[in-house]
Amino acid sequence: MRVLIIAKEGGQSETATPPTPEAMAEYQKFNDELVKAGVVLEAGRLHPSSEGKRVRFDGKKRTVIDGPFTESKELVAGYWLWQVRSIDEALEWLKRAPYDGGTFEVREVLEYEGM
Amino acid sequence: MTDAHRAIEAIWRIESARLIAGLARVVGDIGTAEDLAQDALVAALEQWPADGVPERPGAWLMGTAKHRAIDLIRRRKLLERKHEEIGRDFERAQEGLGLDPAIDEEVGDDLLGLIFMACHPVLAKAARVALTLRVLGGLTTEEIARAFLVPVPAIAQRIVRAKRTLAEAHVRFEVPSGAERIARLASVLEVIYLIFNEGYSATAGDDWVRPALCEEALRLGRILAELAPTEPEVHGLVALMEIQASRLSARVGPSGEPVLLLDQERARWDRLLIRRGLAALERAERLEGALGPYTLQAAIAACHARALTAAETDWPRIVALYDAVAQLAPSPVVELNRAVAVGMAFGPAAGLDLVDALVAEPSLKSYHLLPAVRGDLLRKLGRSEEARAEFERAASLTDNVRERELLQRRAAECAAERMAG
Repeated sequence: MRVLIIAKEGGQSETATPPTPEAMAEYQKFNDELVKAGVVLEAGRLHPSSEGKRVRFDGKKRTVIDGPFTESKELVAGYWLWQVRSIDEALEWLKRAPYDGGTFEVREVLEYEGM
Repeated sequence: MTDAHRAIEAIWRIESARLIAGLARVVGDIGTAEDLAQDALVAALEQWPADGVPERPGAWLMGTAKHRAIDLIRRRKLLERKHEEIGRDFERAQEGLGLDPAIDEEVGDDLLGLIFMACHPVLAKAARVALTLRVLGGLTTEEIARAFLVPVPAIAQRIVRAKRTLAEAHVRFEVPSGAERIARLASVLEVIYLIFNEGYSATAGDDWVRPALCEEALRLGRILAELAPTEPEVHGLVALMEIQASRLSARVGPSGEPVLLLDQERARWDRLLIRRGLAALERAERLEGALGPYTLQAAIAACHARALTAAETDWPRIVALYDAVAQLAPSPVVELNRAVAVGMAFGPAAGLDLVDALVAEPSLKSYHLLPAVRGDLLRKLGRSEEARAEFERAASLTDNVRERELLQRRAAECAAERMAG
């Protein structure tokens, strides 16, 4: 199965300060381990929400809203798409991630649906 | 199942191959290594539900298994009455097992050694497949049996015999080099592709695809690509599997019937897998040396993947690629595929000439795709009656229920065309 890992790192992903080289190295090491285990299909990090937009749908009406967005706990900072055999496997991998804050959401991707 | 048990099962899936590999390097055989790993798993099942899952579960399992391995080696040596060697052996075991199992390169080499051992040519193909799924995929005997629609005791037997054969042939735990590496690697790639194909085009039963096996093969391929990044054919095989897997959902119709490549709705192809496949193909092509058979097949699959509609397919390039495959690994099946491409590139008559030359080929005598291809070309040439007979013959030759239905439908269509014409 495929799972999407949604990284909600809290307000810190909104700040302009980049992560320390040590933190980056830790993250890279973890990501390498995942790649070597054949788990990672795709990974990406997002720009701060100040550069983001939202489009609100209301019937026929569309409203574009500029960032930054305020609900900082729910802000998505990055994502992974993993190929695993169970949600439990995804959880066991995720627990090994080198983060000390934030909430990471694990969601199974619906399979074999047409686009 | 409790949360702890589910966690342990997941951890086993993640760790078992590395664990067995590390142990096999020290004890020298897969059977003992697997037993030791299983013992560690049993210990985890006893302790973790009460004490909680340790912070580094992989290291815990390896540590536990390591102690048992050292005990075992000590006992073995006692039995052999070579007391003077015990000390030395003991040291070697400690060195080999424990110093730092987390060093990536070492773990990588261990895994590679285990792959080469499980896929050793001394084993029959079916044995290699079962053993690989078991020790590298971490699948249970029941899961393997279910995947291959074989009774559980048969798979259990197959695995036991495979381990015995390896032990009796004194197959060493090693990462081969030089000329031997090429032959041994070919055996590894063959096993992975067999697993993939068993999933991709189920040879028996009423399932057209068993995606779980495809996913398992892809995972093994992706792991191997990181373990042996300089081997072009590894990337070629990964590319081939990624691109073929991208069509998994498109090759089955609403009621489970097969949909052939050119009739597939391309919007349903998985763009992510195509992108990964094309990237793997590029990795293979960037490495030195002439393109191998998997890379060439991947290049052919890529021609289809790049075409936004079936009509845009670059058939002359596919013919050229099949020419290259035929030079490298000539076989009647390759000739048949080439004939299909020639038929598409240069017209059905040209394709039919090539297929007709294969009709007398003994190895294709009961191969259902020969009459299926011939029927297709005859139909395009307006020879509906001959086409119908060929489709019916093809239907009688396949064991796959879904495929038979498809071929029978084609035969019926030809009969209708004949009535209309």
